[in-house]
Amino acid sequence: MKAFAELLERLLFAPGRNTKIALLRAYFASRPDPERGYALAAIAGALDFPGAKAATLKALAAARMDAELFALSYDFVGDLAETIALIWPAHGDTPPALPEVIEGLRTANRAEIPALIESWLDRSDASARFALIKLLTGGLRVGASLRLAKLALAEMGLVDVNQIEEVWHGLNPPYTSLFSWLEGKSARPEPGEAPVFRPVMLAHPMEPGDVARTDWRAFRAEQKFDGIRVQIVATAQERRLYTRNAEDISHAFQEVLEQLTFDAVLDGELLVIRDGVIAPFTDLQQRLNRKTASAKLQREFPVGIMLYDMLFEAGEDIRPLSFDARRTRLEGWFAKTKPERMQLSPLIPFSSIDELASLREAARTVQSEGLMLKHCEAPYVAGRPKGMWWKWKREPLSLDAVLMYAQRGHGKRSSFYSDYTFGVWTADGELVPVAKAYSGYTDEELNFIDKWIRAHTINRFGPVREVEKTLVFELGFDSAQLSTRHKSGVALRFPRVLRLRTDKPASEANRLEDVRRLIPLE
Amino acid sequence: MVPHPENWLNPTPSGLYCRPGDFYIDPVRVVPRAVITHGHSDHARPGHEHVLATPETLAIMRARMGEERAGKILQPAVYHQPIKVNDVTVRLVPAGHVLGSAQIVLDYKGSRAVISGDYKRQADPTCAPFEPVRCDVFITEATFGLPVFRHPDPAEELRKLLRSHALFPERTHVVGAYSLGKSQRLIASLRQLGYDAPIYLHGAHANLCALYQSLGIDLGDLRPATVAQKAQLKGAMVLAPPSAIGERWGRRLEDPVVAQASGWMRIRQRAKAAGVELPLIISDHADWDGLLATIKETQASEVWVTHGAEEALIRACGLLQIRARALSLIGYGEEEE
Repeated sequence: MKAFAELLERLLFAPGRNTKIALLRAYFASRPDPERGYALAAIAGALDFPGAKAATLKALAAARMDAELFALSYDFVGDLAETIALIWPAHGDTPPALPEVIEGLRTANRAEIPALIESWLDRSDASARFALIKLLTGGLRVGASLRLAKLALAEMGLVDVNQIEEVWHGLNPPYTSLFSWLEGKSARPEPGEAPVFRPVMLAHPMEPGDVARTDWRAFRAEQKFDGIRVQIVATAQERRLYTRNAEDISHAFQEVLEQLTFDAVLDGELLVIRDGVIAPFTDLQQRLNRKTASAKLQREFPVGIMLYDMLFEAGEDIRPLSFDARRTRLEGWFAKTKPERMQLSPLIPFSSIDELASLREAARTVQSEGLMLKHCEAPYVAGRPKGMWWKWKREPLSLDAVLMYAQRGHGKRSSFYSDYTFGVWTADGELVPVAKAYSGYTDEELNFIDKWIRAHTINRFGPVREVEKTLVFELGFDSAQLSTRHKSGVALRFPRVLRLRTDKPASEANRLEDVRRLIPLE
Repeated sequence: MVPHPENWLNPTPSGLYCRPGDFYIDPVRVVPRAVITHGHSDHARPGHEHVLATPETLAIMRARMGEERAGKILQPAVYHQPIKVNDVTVRLVPAGHVLGSAQIVLDYKGSRAVISGDYKRQADPTCAPFEPVRCDVFITEATFGLPVFRHPDPAEELRKLLRSHALFPERTHVVGAYSLGKSQRLIASLRQLGYDAPIYLHGAHANLCALYQSLGIDLGDLRPATVAQKAQLKGAMVLAPPSAIGERWGRRLEDPVVAQASGWMRIRQRAKAAGVELPLIISDHADWDGLLATIKETQASEVWVTHGAEEALIRACGLLQIRARALSLIGYGEEEE
């Protein structure tokens, strides 16, 4: 438990993705089975202990501690698990090993669990107790996703992460076959019939230089829909809906899952579609990051999938086929199956590059971010192979906004104020935040902005500085949408700094009504 | 009839005042006669007429304030030496907080009060360990006076730092630490753990480390971080005041792992808010168990709590059947941890 506790602690505070991967890798490479496998399961959220709940822990603490002292402490710390971990009166140096905890809870009956947990807490120090409590109550939130753990495993085993993704969903804790393979002691564990996620093919952004180099006749064009990429996996036995990061989101989209009465693996875009019209991304956001969706939510935000590729048909792996051949298979399958809640992403006919360019600019009117261009002969390859798929986003919209708040960045930017909140003027002459941006400036501009912020701070709220409302930035963004999350009532998609407008007085920055005008009408 | 300390020792706006001795302890305003527990700037302030303190504390005051401002008359008192000040006998006893730190033991007509100053019970290679003194009234600090504060073994915390250094050999490990006491303790402890590579220092640390070394504390190979080439700091161990790391000074560091050594690092949100990647729970103050153990060891029938989280400590004394009250002194606990 000590090593696991230290790992959790470091992950929680580590600012960068590479740091987290290095920490995970060092842990997996140095810890024995089955401990490392259980740690991986904890990060994957694959463990559940029905007998151990927050209330159990609270009761245990209450029995061992003066109520007033507990209340004063909780008030100071602000987090229940942390308070219990810190305040626990006993101290031990022999915390239970991770496997002992997991196997202990699995075999104990429910009445025995509180006493078991109490004995573990007595044997632990504060860090181990914190890890234990977080593990038991399922609130691990360690700041490291399963994806990072897989990247760490790939580095450790010197394999491509897509190989791990390919087999991951056929595996179970404590993943001994996986570690054994990564350490070269056995063959790759194969998923067999299981409904596993298949690593997705990704597109390169089309830069101006690429435009001239591309032979347009070899490409097929589609809209770049503004939803989330999903993979549908349906076999005779099971069905799953995955994000492009292999996160299983089946539970939140039951109405889609019910329709998967076929045997295929499909690639597509999840969208809110009302009466055949694609709704803005903010509508889809109402359905994301939820465990389940109520009937009301399903009615108000009806989802559908725009299909654009096929990976498996009836158990046959068709990924090696060309795009055109796969498209033919997809169309044939679609005509035969007629799946509910699904449409085929239309291929957009074009005869010249100029025609494509104008189609790309028109994309805004159809809730699309631009165009996707796919080489007709490209097989379906995991990752981002060069020159096969392109995303050609339309030119960004822009507006002038005033810097309101700033916060320091992380890692290499930890001494710079690099994260900004921008506002525009309301009709009443008040500034309201519309966007946060962390990128788009040069190093030189960052130096200037940082210096400016330090010299023009008028207020501090913890790590946040409020600045004089005088510095104007031109912001680029992909689209503007209505939002109930922000005071301004609008949200910008993918905002970034285009340039500094030191020449512009703050009073000439854009107004909220200008932003509202950019929101497409439904 | 033995007088109760509340009749001869009182809080005033200038600080705690001993009437029969006519002196103040750690006064926050300029006074004719001051007794100083230790060199931190919230306790040792400039400009007093007459200052009584340990030779080390006086040396620290001179170094930080300059000869002039440290006081007109500086009277050194070695630990345990009884000194008669008017009708009161004053003795300075090690407090284990920083080099030269002392508890003030006051005897007046058979009644004894002990003012702890800031203190800790953990071992510290740079200063004499705390010695409990039996007394009638114990006046204690309570910086970490909540049961959530129980400091772990500092050597284990530093091993975390060394493990991180081994795991990320390319990155500069910069430890935010208070420049007086904490910095030297960390360096000496790292040396004890076998870390003998050069340690690079922010200017604020360099002066005080030099002073410690002149007072006989060995800190090994120390170098200025300020003039070092950026490439030289790659993979180096650097000490700096926490406030400097997030400022422009920190830009000389190569992809730094930002650590901070403080008792406050126990609380995750505090560490997060400070932008710390590697919190090290190393404190120069007594933790909760240390406060309670000390109170018991002094066998005081009454405890006055000066600064920090008084409420919980007073509650805990109540549970131990010890009379306790808050002594509302202001102006302390501002400088460090």
